[in-house]
Amino acid sequence: MGNNVLIDIKDVKKHFPLSKSWFEEKQYVKAVDGISFSINQGETFGLVGESGCGKSTTGRLINGLIKSDTGEVIFNGKDLASLSEKQWKAYRKKMQMIFQDPYASLSPRMKVKDILMEPLTIHFPRMSKQEKIETVKNLLDKCGISEFHLNKYPHEFSGGQRQRISIARALILQPELIIADEAVSALDVSIQSQILNLMKNLQKEFNLTYLFISHDLSVVEHISDRVGVMYLGNLIEVASKQSIFKDPKHPYTKSLLASIPQPDPSVKRERISLKGEIPSPSNPPTGCKFHTRCPLAMDVCKEKVPIMQKLNENQQVACHLY
Amino acid sequence: MMSKLQIETSTMEIPKVKSENRFLNFWRQFRKKKPALFSLYFVFLLLLTMVIGPHIVPYDPAEPNYNRLLEFPTLDHLFGTDEYGRDILSRIIVGARITLSVSVSAVLLGTVVGTVLGLVSGFFGKWVDKAIMRICDVLFAFPDLILAIGIVAILGPGVRNVIIAVAFFNIPSFARIVRGATLEVKEMLFVESARSVGASTTRIVWKHIFPETIPVIIVYFTMNVGTAILSAASLSFLGLGADPSSSDWGAMLSMSRDYIGSSFHLVFFPGLVIFLTVLAFNLLGDGLRDVLDPKTND
Repeated sequence: MGNNVLIDIKDVKKHFPLSKSWFEEKQYVKAVDGISFSINQGETFGLVGESGCGKSTTGRLINGLIKSDTGEVIFNGKDLASLSEKQWKAYRKKMQMIFQDPYASLSPRMKVKDILMEPLTIHFPRMSKQEKIETVKNLLDKCGISEFHLNKYPHEFSGGQRQRISIARALILQPELIIADEAVSALDVSIQSQILNLMKNLQKEFNLTYLFISHDLSVVEHISDRVGVMYLGNLIEVASKQSIFKDPKHPYTKSLLASIPQPDPSVKRERISLKGEIPSPSNPPTGCKFHTRCPLAMDVCKEKVPIMQKLNENQQVACHLY
Repeated sequence: MMSKLQIETSTMEIPKVKSENRFLNFWRQFRKKKPALFSLYFVFLLLLTMVIGPHIVPYDPAEPNYNRLLEFPTLDHLFGTDEYGRDILSRIIVGARITLSVSVSAVLLGTVVGTVLGLVSGFFGKWVDKAIMRICDVLFAFPDLILAIGIVAILGPGVRNVIIAVAFFNIPSFARIVRGATLEVKEMLFVESARSVGASTTRIVWKHIFPETIPVIIVYFTMNVGTAILSAASLSFLGLGADPSSSDWGAMLSMSRDYIGSSFHLVFFPGLVIFLTVLAFNLLGDGLRDVLDPKTND
């Protein structure tokens, strides 16, 4: 595991316009409201947060499925926003996505082999069919699907098998970065651990870097090296896995961790339950966006936006308490 | 614990999911729709007639027989004879070829153009969509037959122009249906995943979206063939379509309308065949829709 930065995200923003009428004042959903973080080569960065906090949008911004309004995404030293459509294609090879719903992310009328050969056809038009089939077979085998299934359609597989196929498709171009958007959330717990372990093994074998987006903290704890916590379009805490799970700093992180069910009911622990709904991202609170639900909110929180600051070697937090 | 699980899973045989043949599955459901099933048999019979019809006819359909003019149905001439003494049954059998090929090729032409327009309109949206849909609205505003008569009036009568005219008013309905399906499919995750792999727009539309719209296209194709037969026959009846001396069903009706009072069979049998054929295509379309596209069933 090297410590070179593979991807560096600097103050990326994406606001989706809300009202289409000419007469109303334009409103925006601030899905991603200026986030910055970097991922090192070979590490797994977990991105957690409630639904609607902008985690998935972040993944799509990095992958270029959505264009960001401002900010830079620097991949291997190259700013992706400055690339033309054609140059993008070369970078597509280097970052691939795994989507949440394995039932919806595979084209229902294409055979497994066609789904997997498609990326090769797009990026290596001169590759012979035989070569492509060999590559597909090899990779499917590594992902735990036998070549016997090559001619089947996605609907003939179970959820876990489909997610293996999705992983194989993401890997077939030998990317450096994999963005896994809730990759195991739609699966049974027993299948989740199979897929997570498969992803870990593949990471070692191909020296992959993961951006692992999930709302499930126990999954993130299992797979991540570092974790970022998002709230309403902002990162509020970034820390190594050990720091964040042993010693969370931000009150929101604490409340999230308190919500993980514990197998032993006799263990006493501090409970922080949040009151109220997550505020609307089209009209977020002033100051620290979390102050409306924060049990420790002070006056300053309503006025000043907290800045991300380094507490120690591997922990950063955006909170006025520190 | 995780590492143990890992060992187990790597050696575990992946459970075999029962392989289902798509066609068999479809057939199993379709078989239960009796009216559609009989319609399918009838359509097959028509297709067979188209192929071998001219070889099995009892009489030469073009050969006049002035000894047996306007004869009522007998054992010799099951459907009777027309004003030139030609055998009506033979003429209907031979006419299947021209009548069906005109309507099927017209709908086919309309389907191809309409599908392309619908895909483009649905996928690109914005002003492209607006422009295509407004043009379709204009075409929709004309009653089908009036539009067809107008087109034939401009292009001149004849089989080829009837095909173009009937195809023309099939375009907007296909464009709309395919556009609707495209709008639905393009929001699906597999389209986004294709894009994230780097697929071009053409590739996404052609390989990922179009196959999803095929069932809807098949259903409406079948239903529109029924309507097209009727329209083509109407145009022929009005003298704008097939050559009146040919054995096109519509032309037969047109030629015999003078005898409607005295010899009903001249009008009755061609009319009956048109009726049954249109009915069969419509029922077949209904059955296909129930199986292939259950959502649109109201």
